[in-house]
Amino acid sequence: MLAFILKRLLQSLLVMFFVALIAFSMFQFVGDPVHQMVGIETTLEEREELREALGLNDPILVQFSRFVLDAVTFDFGISYQHKKPVADMILSRMPATLELAIFSALLALALGIPMGVYTGLRRNTLLAHVLMTVSLAGVSLPTFLIGILLIFVFAVMLGWLPSFGRGEVIDLGWWSTGLLTVAGLKALILPSITLGLFQMTLIMRLVRSEMLEVLRTDFIKFARARGLPEHVVNFRHALKNALIPVITVTGLQLGSIIAFAIITETVFQWPGMGLLFLQSIQTVDIPIMSAYLILIAFVVVAINLVVDVLYYVIDPRLRATRSADSGA
Amino acid sequence: MALLEVDRLRVEFPTRRRALVAVDDVSLAIEAGEVLGVVGESGAGKSVTGAAIIGLIEPPGRMAGGEIRFDGRRIDHLSDEEKRRIRGNEIGSVFQDPLTSLNPLFTVGQQLVETILAHSDRSADDARRHALRLLEDVGIPAAAHRIDSYPHEFSGGMRQRVVIALAVCAGPRLIIADEPTTALDVSIQAQIIALLKRLCRDQGTAIMLITHDMGVIAETADRVAVMYAGRIVEVGRVRQILRAPAHPYTTGLMDAIPRLGRDDADLAQIDGAMPRLHEIPEGCAFHSRCPHAFDLCRRRRPVLQATGDAAAACFLIDQERSDD
Repeated sequence: MLAFILKRLLQSLLVMFFVALIAFSMFQFVGDPVHQMVGIETTLEEREELREALGLNDPILVQFSRFVLDAVTFDFGISYQHKKPVADMILSRMPATLELAIFSALLALALGIPMGVYTGLRRNTLLAHVLMTVSLAGVSLPTFLIGILLIFVFAVMLGWLPSFGRGEVIDLGWWSTGLLTVAGLKALILPSITLGLFQMTLIMRLVRSEMLEVLRTDFIKFARARGLPEHVVNFRHALKNALIPVITVTGLQLGSIIAFAIITETVFQWPGMGLLFLQSIQTVDIPIMSAYLILIAFVVVAINLVVDVLYYVIDPRLRATRSADSGA
Repeated sequence: MALLEVDRLRVEFPTRRRALVAVDDVSLAIEAGEVLGVVGESGAGKSVTGAAIIGLIEPPGRMAGGEIRFDGRRIDHLSDEEKRRIRGNEIGSVFQDPLTSLNPLFTVGQQLVETILAHSDRSADDARRHALRLLEDVGIPAAAHRIDSYPHEFSGGMRQRVVIALAVCAGPRLIIADEPTTALDVSIQAQIIALLKRLCRDQGTAIMLITHDMGVIAETADRVAVMYAGRIVEVGRVRQILRAPAHPYTTGLMDAIPRLGRDDADLAQIDGAMPRLHEIPEGCAFHSRCPHAFDLCRRRRPVLQATGDAAAACFLIDQERSDD
């Protein structure tokens, strides 16, 4: 178990190293940062001083080590555009994105799993057919279109929900939350549906096919032959087996939910990291772009690691490879 | 009155064109404490008969006729919940492949306890004590330790012992053992059969032993039913059928058993294959492979008729009688 985690940890570090390499090289390829920081009237001497102060004259390896060390201590430099520390800017935007992403993921799980179980167990009912057909739309419609449609129906036509922004937020230390006010919660509904719909239909279809697969196995037939009640067979024996791949997919999807929040945040003008990233691209604000890249990669890698460990906890076959030999 | 009576059972699998008949007009009875062997090739309808008895025919298959009575009470018409209470509790099951019969995500103790609790009012602690006793009973070494192991930590033979513990844990009066040794090493097979026999003798439990192995039948069963293409072609006391099989198919099966001291190059085999469900011929289903087939066999289907302690469905019996 420990060896397994250590191995995965090392792999994760390797991935992060290459991400850092890419993030660092962005600075090298996209022009001279000094040009973007100073005015036209700055003298060459002053430029050279700034260059020296920023450490841009040091050997590339020294610069890279400094970059990595800074990144580890959550220091991503100063934004070219806003002249503020990038770390602070991202930190102030992070709660919005994380709340949106986690709420979407929970929504996707809370609706996707029951729908998947239902369509798996009662696959010939009318409702199951309707769900399967509608889910096709969820899988195939692009996110921005769903967002715009939802805004059109629920914000413009019906006027029930706000069409943009986070509503009212309350500051808890550095974390600003929209979960404690009615306006904040209302503002969360449409974006999280937009962001979570694809995941929800994906999870539903995955759970359905896994359930169908598991229900055909011998151990389910044997569970029935033992006279276990139907709900125990379906929800204890079948569902637990069906959920193993769902954990993997959901974990991986959580990473992509955070990453693809960019589109949803743009459609709803949601003040999160994704929106910040898009704005930084327009102004070629390299420090923000590189910090965002590193952060998103870190989140995805970290989630992957957690998923692997979870997998281990749930499936005893992976857990006990050593004792299997003694049991033969 | 027999413990289990199957009366004119018919099981169909509907297809787009017509219903395939997997089990056709099968009647059999098992007395309390008796071991009935059901033998035949793959697809002869043995397993489907077993599934029909516990009410678990795989859809779209369905029971299209006949009656199943357990302890004098008709059980094939019961509601799903009533059938569930019979499964495990009155009629236990042992499946063919112990590697896939157990849920990989639960310990054997958990699976035993949940089965015991599904059929009794015991407390959880009491159920666990009972589970431990059962594991010791079926010969799991260090059962107190192994009760918390997962199925993958057991070997195939040990897993089948666990499956047997699961089959007997609620004290059923009949166990349907569907090829319980087919997936096991030959060296383990005898142990598992001996275990099943011992447990059932101690408890007075009857066994319906489904197998294609005539050797297992000879050692274990009191009576035997030979199935061919969905029908019983011969049924009766094992001793008589082994000594003097009346149906040519049974004779063929007996001749196909390798014996010590006989040259294996001469091992007889039955030519051809059993007809598939959608092409069962007119008349006797065996006639195309039967060395003694004559006109009548191709036109009419023989019915079971008594031959001493047994009964066989073959026109040769009439012929022999008229020759006498």
